[in-house]
Parts: sequence; C-alpha cells; structure tokens
Amino acid sequence: MDLALTTYLIVGATFVLYIGIAIWAKAGSTGEFYVAGKGVNPIANGMATAADWMSAASFISMAGLIAFLGYDASVYLMGWTGGYVLLALLLAPYLRKFGKFTVPEFIGDRFYSKTARVIAVIALIVASITYVIGQMKGIGVAFSRFLETSYEVGLFIGMAIVFFYAVIGGMKGITYTQIAQYCVMIFAYTIPAVFISLAITGNPLPQLGLGGTVSDGTYLLNKLDNILVDLGFSQYTAMKGSMLNMFFLTMSLMIGTAGLPHVIVRFFTVPRVRDARLSAGWTLIFIAILYTTAPAVGAMSFYNLINTVQPGPIGSEDGNLLYEDVPGWFSRWQETGLLQWEDKNDDGRIQYYDSNNPAFAPTAAEYGWEGNELTVDRDIMVMANPEIAQLPNWVIALTVAGGLAAALSTAAGLLMAISSSISHDLIKGVINPGISEKSELLAARIAMGSAVLVAGYLGLNPPGFAAQVVALAFGLAASSLFPVLMLGIFNRRMNSAGAIAGMLSGLTFTLIYVFTYKGWFFIPGTNTLPDTPEHWFMGIGPQAIGAIGALINVVVATLVSRATAPPPKDIQELVESIRVPRAS
Amino acid sequence: MASSKEEAAIAYWKENVRLLITLLIIWFVVSYGLGIILAPALNSIVIAGYPLGFWFAQQGAIYAFIVLIFVYVFKMNALDRKYDVHEE
Repeated sequence: MDLALTTYLIVGATFVLYIGIAIWAKAGSTGEFYVAGKGVNPIANGMATAADWMSAASFISMAGLIAFLGYDASVYLMGWTGGYVLLALLLAPYLRKFGKFTVPEFIGDRFYSKTARVIAVIALIVASITYVIGQMKGIGVAFSRFLETSYEVGLFIGMAIVFFYAVIGGMKGITYTQIAQYCVMIFAYTIPAVFISLAITGNPLPQLGLGGTVSDGTYLLNKLDNILVDLGFSQYTAMKGSMLNMFFLTMSLMIGTAGLPHVIVRFFTVPRVRDARLSAGWTLIFIAILYTTAPAVGAMSFYNLINTVQPGPIGSEDGNLLYEDVPGWFSRWQETGLLQWEDKNDDGRIQYYDSNNPAFAPTAAEYGWEGNELTVDRDIMVMANPEIAQLPNWVIALTVAGGLAAALSTAAGLLMAISSSISHDLIKGVINPGISEKSELLAARIAMGSAVLVAGYLGLNPPGFAAQVVALAFGLAASSLFPVLMLGIFNRRMNSAGAIAGMLSGLTFTLIYVFTYKGWFFIPGTNTLPDTPEHWFMGIGPQAIGAIGALINVVVATLVSRATAPPPKDIQELVESIRVPRAS
Repeated sequence: MASSKEEAAIAYWKENVRLLITLLIIWFVVSYGLGIILAPALNSIVIAGYPLGFWFAQQGAIYAFIVLIFVYVFKMNALDRKYDVHEE
C-alpha cells in the first residue's frame, strides 16, 4: 500500500476514535465542562496531563534540537520535567483542596481581589494563545506535508475536530480524547526509536542504547564526540553555552511549567487531594517515557545522518557521499526545502562540517572543502527517522498520527484554559455574577467555539513574532502566576496588595527584558540591544529571564505585604483549610 | 481542646514543610548540581557508555524527579494518617 493511502487510513482511524469519545463524553453541567466532574482516575489524569503538556514541539522538534545541540539541549529535558516536582510539591494538592474551577479563581478568592483575578486572566490568555498558534501551525504543516492537502485545508480539518470534542465535551471530552491521544503519540514515538536503537546498538531499549556500542565496538556517545570534533564541531556531550544561562534557562522552564494554567487545572479534575499528588507522579512517568527516549532518538538519528553523508574516513578523497548515490528519503526531504545541499566545491559529493569554526578552516582547506554544503532543518529529525531507518510505511503513517495527536491534545487543553477563564472568571466572576448554571454552560461553549476560531485565524495568519513570543509564555507563567500561587499557599500573611504588586513587577520586568532584545511589542528592528549572548545581562538570555522575574515577584510581594495590613480573618482561615487534605 | 487541635495543625504543617525542603534540595542537586554545575567535571567519569554529567542531564535527573514525587506521595499519605487529616 502506498504511503499516502496508509497515512490517510491511520490518521482517519484516530480521528474517528476522537469523535467517538467526544460523543460518549458529553458534558451536562459546568462542573463537567470545567473540571470533568472531578471524577477522573489519577492514572488516567496522568496520561491526559502528559498529552496536554507534550506539544507538537515536544513530539516533532525536541529530538532534532537535542541532535544539533547535544548536551546543551538538556535544559529542555530537565526544564520541562523538573517543573512537575514543583507542581506536585508546591501547588497541585493545595489547589485541588481549594476545589474550584480555574487558576485565576484561586488568585481572585485568595487575594480577595477582582483586580488580581483579572491580571491573572490576562497573563493566562497571553501565555496560552502564544502556545495555541504553534499547535495550529503544527497541525497545518503535518497535513500539508503528509496528506497532500493544502496547509489551510489541514488547519480547517484540525479545527473542526477540536471544535467538535471541546465544545460538546468540555474538560470531560478533552480528558478522555487526550488519553487516546497519549496512547497514539507514545506508540508513534517509541516504535521507531526501538527499531533504530536495535539497528545501531543492538539494544532494544533506547534509554540503554544511547549508552551502548556501535558496530565497531566503541560507545555511541564516544563515537559521536570524536566524529563531531573531526568535523570541526564541539563534542556532543560537552557544554558549549554559558553555564549561568543554562542554569537560569532551566530554572525558568521549570517554574514556567509549574505555573502554566492549562497544566495546573488538570489537577482540579481528580477526586481527592491525595489523587492530585499521585496524579502528578503518574504524569511525570508518562512524560518521561517520551523525554528519556528523545535523547536517544536525537543522538541516533544524528549519527545516522552523519554516517549517510560521510560513509568513508573524514578527509579522504572518496569519504563523502556522492550526490548521485543519495537515498530516497534524502531527495524526498530535499523537495520540501527542509534539507538543502549546495555543491560549493563542485566535487559532486556532500560535505557536512562546521565552517564557522576558524580553528578548523586550515584542515577543511587541506581536504579541499569550501564550506558546509548541507543544511538540515531540525524539525525533520523525528519525521524522517522511520524513513532513514527503512521502517515500513505504517510506521511513518503512525508518526504523522502521533504528531497530530500531540498538537491536537495540547491545543484542546490550552483552548479549555482560555475559554474557562473567559466564561468563568470574566463573565461569571466579574461581569455577571448572577448568571445561571445553564447560561454559564452556554457561555462556556460559546467561549470555547470562539477560542477555536481565533486560534484558527492566528494559525492561518501567524503573526511574525509567533516564535519570539514562546519565550514569553514561560517567562509570563514563571514571573507572574507561579510565585503568587505559591505565596498564596505558603505565606499566610500574603495579602492582595502584595500579590498585585508582585505580579505586576515580575511581569513588567520580564516584559521589558524580553522586549529589549526581541523588539518592543515584538516589532522587528525596535530592539534596544542586539539579541546575542555578549549583549545579554551577565550572559542571561531573554528566554532565561523568567526565573529572575519570579524572584523579583516574590521579593516585592513579600515586602509590600509586610508594609500593609494582613489579610482578613476568613482568608487566613481559607489558607489553613487548603493546607490540610480532609474537609473540616 | 481547640488549642491542641491548633497545635496538631501547626505540627502537621511543619513536618510537611520539612519534607518539602528535603525533597527540593535533592531536586536541586540532581539537576542543577550534577546535571549542570558539576557536569563538565563528571563527564570524565564514563559509566555504561555514558559520560556521567551528560547522563544526569539527559536521563538521571528525570528518573530522580519521578522518584522524588512518589516518595512525596507515600510520605504525605503517612503524614496525613499520623495527624488524622487523611481523606476517606
């Protein structure tokens, strides 16, 4: 069967599954719509949270990032998993005990302030919309590349699917489809990884294969280190960037992860406080299955790629691959423009090396190389992997379905957070508190429908700054939401003045720092300083600044709360009550 | 009576915070300590094909995070029962 037909069948089957679940899991009340009736099993919630969390970026881009950055990509691996420790220990159980529907609702109630609630809603919407654009683009790209439709048609199909199950089922529908999506994406990710690990190292477990030996008996990582050095690059396993930047970037990603509302709210759906703790553990197990496989996929696909273009000894006359001998996947990806070759020295062979390394220039000249000839888009590493390893068509089709599952599940979770903050926090909380349950449910569905349309519009017309704003999503969550949530639980003395001052100062600082390097309001060319490591303050990049913003938030909030009146007695009692699991 | 109940609540919270601090110190050491700050030094030690610092950064820290959360779950469940604040 040809690839396109197989892909249609497999992707079609997964879509039918999602729609079937949606019809089965219709939401009948606001409780079901916002938090799935608080009846989700902790293991099931762990799976749904993992799918919610792992986006198109985790599925498609991360292994490629690891392949080309080596050790330095560890910031993403640790940053996007370590945040769950913070979430499990510092937020999830207490917010579950609080027992309401949204994150801004906690901030509004705990700090007895509609202003605080509205600031939280704004931070939530900016952070979530940023993310949704990326997911929508992922859906459009996956369709256009593998299903021979246009980007727009692909996007419309994706929107229709999300619209259907999110509007009908709310959190309940989203949760159960996310469980199915997790299964699809984890199979799609691990099956090719197992085959590749087996082929390269003889060990079927990618996590062990990464430490295994290749055919000539040397360790894979050692081999990669040596090849890369021989080609003028740095060692794969060595630190290349600034340690301070790595430190703060990891910290920002961890705090940001723990502060992202679409993840936090998933822990509102389990029955008890102890389930919220347990569920965070299961979530991390389900995430770790992919996150510990990704480094193996990255290293092995990179090793495959280098071996393909450099089959003989480095520097020898016929050590490089003749272009006329390139394998089928090479030409197929070349057609998409994501893999490019330019024969700079006119020898008909492909040279891949670091031509930006001045120390390597004499060696390259000696070899007769006149510049790096191969440009590889990082995103193709996962998608091209099954083809490179010569796996059957159904595995390639499954990878496409997996990428779509990752994008759809995250998009739905984000849209849920956006729409509930509009219908529950703004409409019921601020504009019309007297709204009936039935009208609020309708408002929630309308908000969800509109959010899908807005996300679709932004996916069709992605603002030029979309990629830049991603740095901001984590920065915002880290510098505004996480600190006040934590202080709200652990500091009984924290009052509304402190929380508002803390959120605003953390937010303002982070925004100014990001704008300084990325352009004011992301308008290209308006940046005050060039976005390069030597201009960063102490070498800390704009992506890594959220951790400092969080620190400023905590300090300002604490100082302001000390200088102003303590919170009212009923609020102090609220804090006491969320600290113990059993209702008193 | 009310005061002893209050004392119990304070003691419960203190034990909880102590557990959190211990676990967060380990969390910091495995990721920031062994995975970043000491990674260049640890990379000279190779265990099972992995330079040790690299292993912590791309594998070990993640495994440690999972263990930390489950230790927290079990310890907290025990603490809840000890202070009789566990859920039905």
